[in-house]
Amino acid sequence: MTDHIKKLILGEQGLVVIFLIAFTVVSIFVPNFLTERNILGLLQSVVTVGVVACTMMFCLAARDFDLSVGSTVAFTGMVAVMASNFTGSIVAGLLVALAAGAGVGFFNGFVIAKFHINALITTLATMQIVRGLALITSDGRAVGINDPAFYQLALSKWFGIPTPIWVLALLFVIFGFVLNRTVFGKNTMAIGGNPEASRLAGVNVDWTRIWIFTLQGMVAAIAGILLASRITSGQPNSAVGLELSVISACVLGGVSLAGGRATISGVIVGVMIMGIAENVMNLLNIPAFYQYIVRGVILLLAVLLDNLRSTTLRRR
Amino acid sequence: MAYLEFSNITKTYPGVVALSGVSFGVAKGAVHGLMGENGAGKSTLIKILSGDQHANEGVISIDGEAQAYASTRDAFNGGVIVIHQELQLVPELTVAENLTLGRFPANAGVIARRQMIADVSRKLQEAGIDVDPSRKIKSLSIGERQMVEIAKAVMLDARVIALDEPTSSLSSRESEILFTLIERLRDQGKIIIYVSHRIDEVFRLCTSLTVLRDGKLAAHHETLDGVTRDQVVAEMVGREIADIWGYRARSAGEVRLKVDQISGEKLPAAASFDVKAGEIVGFFGLIGAGRSELMRLIYGADPRDGGTVTIDGEAARANDPYASIRAGMVLVSEDRKHDGIIQGRSIEENINISSRRHHTRFGVLNKAKEAATATKFIDRLKVRTPSRRQNIVNLSGGNQQKVILGRWLSEQGVRVLIVDEPTRGIDVGAKSEIYDLLYSLAEDGMAIVVVSSELPEVMGICDRIMVMCDGRIRAELPRSRFTEESILAAALPDQATPARIAS
Repeated sequence: MTDHIKKLILGEQGLVVIFLIAFTVVSIFVPNFLTERNILGLLQSVVTVGVVACTMMFCLAARDFDLSVGSTVAFTGMVAVMASNFTGSIVAGLLVALAAGAGVGFFNGFVIAKFHINALITTLATMQIVRGLALITSDGRAVGINDPAFYQLALSKWFGIPTPIWVLALLFVIFGFVLNRTVFGKNTMAIGGNPEASRLAGVNVDWTRIWIFTLQGMVAAIAGILLASRITSGQPNSAVGLELSVISACVLGGVSLAGGRATISGVIVGVMIMGIAENVMNLLNIPAFYQYIVRGVILLLAVLLDNLRSTTLRRR
Repeated sequence: MAYLEFSNITKTYPGVVALSGVSFGVAKGAVHGLMGENGAGKSTLIKILSGDQHANEGVISIDGEAQAYASTRDAFNGGVIVIHQELQLVPELTVAENLTLGRFPANAGVIARRQMIADVSRKLQEAGIDVDPSRKIKSLSIGERQMVEIAKAVMLDARVIALDEPTSSLSSRESEILFTLIERLRDQGKIIIYVSHRIDEVFRLCTSLTVLRDGKLAAHHETLDGVTRDQVVAEMVGREIADIWGYRARSAGEVRLKVDQISGEKLPAAASFDVKAGEIVGFFGLIGAGRSELMRLIYGADPRDGGTVTIDGEAARANDPYASIRAGMVLVSEDRKHDGIIQGRSIEENINISSRRHHTRFGVLNKAKEAATATKFIDRLKVRTPSRRQNIVNLSGGNQQKVILGRWLSEQGVRVLIVDEPTRGIDVGAKSEIYDLLYSLAEDGMAIVVVSSELPEVMGICDRIMVMCDGRIRAELPRSRFTEESILAAALPDQATPARIAS
């Protein structure tokens, strides 16, 4: 009996099992949790983290790291609003924001891959540079949106579900496919598994890494645009500390910081567990200060569980 | 009653019986060989001895006392020390610091440096190990590092010392020094368990021998008097292998690979040679002679300072591995773990990593094709695995090597194959299979370069041998002129000093 439970929890799909159990328990015992309103609210609250986690998964799987995503989200949100106001066209604003995000990511990737500078240090630097850029362009103030149609990005609904949730779902599908079914995804995992062997096997390691970071920047721009629309302005101080939430969610989802291991289902579950924990604590009126502790404990527990799982796997 | 006694050791993993009812004893002061093909259960047995794994059944007893080590640390304290192929030393620390790691002599937290060096020097002297205790590990040669690793066991007054393939990266001179040390330890009454694939070494060094096959005891010799090599090989593989090289003569065609005046940072002297279609050319030399460095330059793994590589008369723009692969030249590297396998990924992914470019569409994988390719090469190369989805790190060294070969054989249009130490750490049966494969690839017209530190191997399988010494090609010998003397004479530096061999 206990063996069976152990197998279930420590197996490949262990995290999904734990998530389903937690979800059921919470649904039964927490009042107002399982209501359409709350669930939609919950999903909307995880959009930013979830979107960025899609590409952070690639970054971590390739043994890299990106701390600059929080700043990039704020910066690209600002750019989207300002460029829309300037050109009078929302589409043009969004394209400029995507390009700006891709630019930041490309810069990260190029420096890391071509100059062999540690990803942690490089993105720590760009995290500050990009935040500075966001503050300078806006003079440190929030920038209002001229065209109310911009709000519709976050407010509009399809079949009763807000657009950002559709975007998140779409990105999960796309990046799940990219990870499992494309050369790019397989090369990412191979680089994380053994970078030198991958290079000798003909994988273009440098450009794969540059692409990963470029995609990461572009996806951060998508998150930045959605966030700006939701908070109805470009805020240079938004998304502070986002990078840590995103990395936490990925690690929670079983992505290995040592590289070479990642699954999209894990990342989805990781993002959802973080979201549910916060949502439930709000519903139960737990003060915000305690929430930090709970989040930290959840992360530690997840990593311990992961550790336990890999030792059991090795034993076999 | 033997001093060290294994009785009825059985170890099962889900779906696999790694060891079943293995019993034998080792007398005090013996160097006991442990042989067997990959997957025969040697590693598992050593792991159980070292407390890293636990037997499902059976007992290990030392001096009549049953031992039950919960961990390697436990075994360590009980005087049982295993020295693995991958050495466990901290490169940035000195020899003395490494040898006292965890037990630094200290006053109020300040290391008593002088006392530490004195203690270590005395112990090293007693054991006859000639290494300066104040040198950093990173400045030592692999052979010297191996000595330090053994010194660790000496420092702890180990009763049982198990060595797992200790000579796999040593030159023959370094191996000799190691053997002398092992014999001295034996004379001091320690039990040495010596795991090796090299029959010659086992006969040179061991006083008794156990052969495992498929997790069972295949043979146990209390003495090696009257035991023949062929007999041991037969015991290992369960059949007779008459000639493990099985050399097949073939006719060579036009020049296929032409290397002209190539040089690089680690190989300043320009090197030139060529290989004909259907020819197998061996590169022999001592460790540090520059063979692997030359191959890496040719393949484009390291940047070149100058020189050209021509394949079938066409200049190959082979300045990075991808370009080389497209030009039809592939390399199986010396260091399988660091440069070959992709850890954590499946056999299927390890095979398809390069050749999948031929059947992807817009970057999307063709899953069916990948599975078919993997299955094809698993069958063709006889990779022993329960599934193509198996994580490559779970395979034995020989099977990993076959997967890497499969990676390149699945490529299209390979004309030049460079294999660096293709049979290192691989058992006899798998070796023969790999040689056979090389012959048949050469028969199909491939130009093959084999780098090896094993003289019998290059002599056994190559059509021509290039001898390297101190970063230069020193000699070139056709098969008709192969003699151990001529090859070794060219391989040895004029004034051979250990330091020069080591560098």
